[in-house]
Amino acid sequence: MAKFTKKKKGTPAISTSSLPDIIFMLLFFFMVTTVLRETELKVQNRLPKATQLQKLEKKSLVSYIYIGKPKDTEKYGTEPRIQVNDALVTPKEIPNFVYAEKDKLDEVERDKITMSLKVDVDAKMGIVSDVKQQLREADARKVNYSCVQSIDKQ
Amino acid sequence: MRKKSRSAPEINASSMADIAFLLLIFFLVTTTIASDKGLSILLPPKNDQQLDVKMKERNIFKVFINSNNQLLVEEQLMSINQVKDAAKKFISNNGRDPKSSESPQAAVISLKTDRGTKYEVYVAVMDELKKAYNELRAAYMGITLAEYLQIENDPKKQTAKFEEAKKAIPYQLSEAEPTNVGGN
Repeated sequence: MAKFTKKKKGTPAISTSSLPDIIFMLLFFFMVTTVLRETELKVQNRLPKATQLQKLEKKSLVSYIYIGKPKDTEKYGTEPRIQVNDALVTPKEIPNFVYAEKDKLDEVERDKITMSLKVDVDAKMGIVSDVKQQLREADARKVNYSCVQSIDKQ
Repeated sequence: MRKKSRSAPEINASSMADIAFLLLIFFLVTTTIASDKGLSILLPPKNDQQLDVKMKERNIFKVFINSNNQLLVEEQLMSINQVKDAAKKFISNNGRDPKSSESPQAAVISLKTDRGTKYEVYVAVMDELKKAYNELRAAYMGITLAEYLQIENDPKKQTAKFEEAKKAIPYQLSEAEPTNVGGN
């Protein structure tokens, strides 16, 4: 005689086996989006070493200017050049870049803009002082020479 | 007694989520850490009319780096690692030596470069000058240099004493327009 036993009563356990998949998907999303967030460098950029460093406070107020020997020497020559965003520019174009960067900020924060100069160790002071002069012109007076922390010899 | 119904035992996958979360948090934290550090300076405002500031010769500490990356400090040839001590001596003179500064507040360091000076050397000199000031401030506050740097980089730790040290030994560096000997 066939017997039909009734199924046990009670709430069935919710299957959590798909939860890891969801989390993994999130994980991959973050891995992919966070890594590729820097402008492609067209100039060589080995930063100098220094010990007395100061941190830059607010990332949103910082704009970057790269100076160094172009990587593509056949196209741009061997003299150090200035790169902002994705283009190589002449010192004269820097004020325009600064104004564009300032426009992105809130009005109250505009004078707090900090220019981070990422200059290659082999660059000469001539080009750096040209940039500084143009920054004065554009009234972006806060400048930070980007450096790498070196271990103190003392 | 009834036997339990047979079925493949279920693998508990609930901890898998925790592992994935751990990984997720790890990546979230590590990817944003690369912070920007550097030497900060404030450029002078642009003004067309040349302001003539009268300063006593004794209060100016002249540093010149030529296009061969040689250093001239107060008319003396120096190597980079001697600059810090010379600057410290100058700033903390307090009027003792009639040729050196009157007080730390009056002392100004004038840094001049050439267009042909290597950037690396310029940064190294700036770093040494900054270090001279930082060491004096640290000594003023009675702490070590490492502790001072930590305080400087953390606004939460900055006490009244830090402000006082900043005021007593202000960082005054003036940069002259570069000469053009080895330039392009």
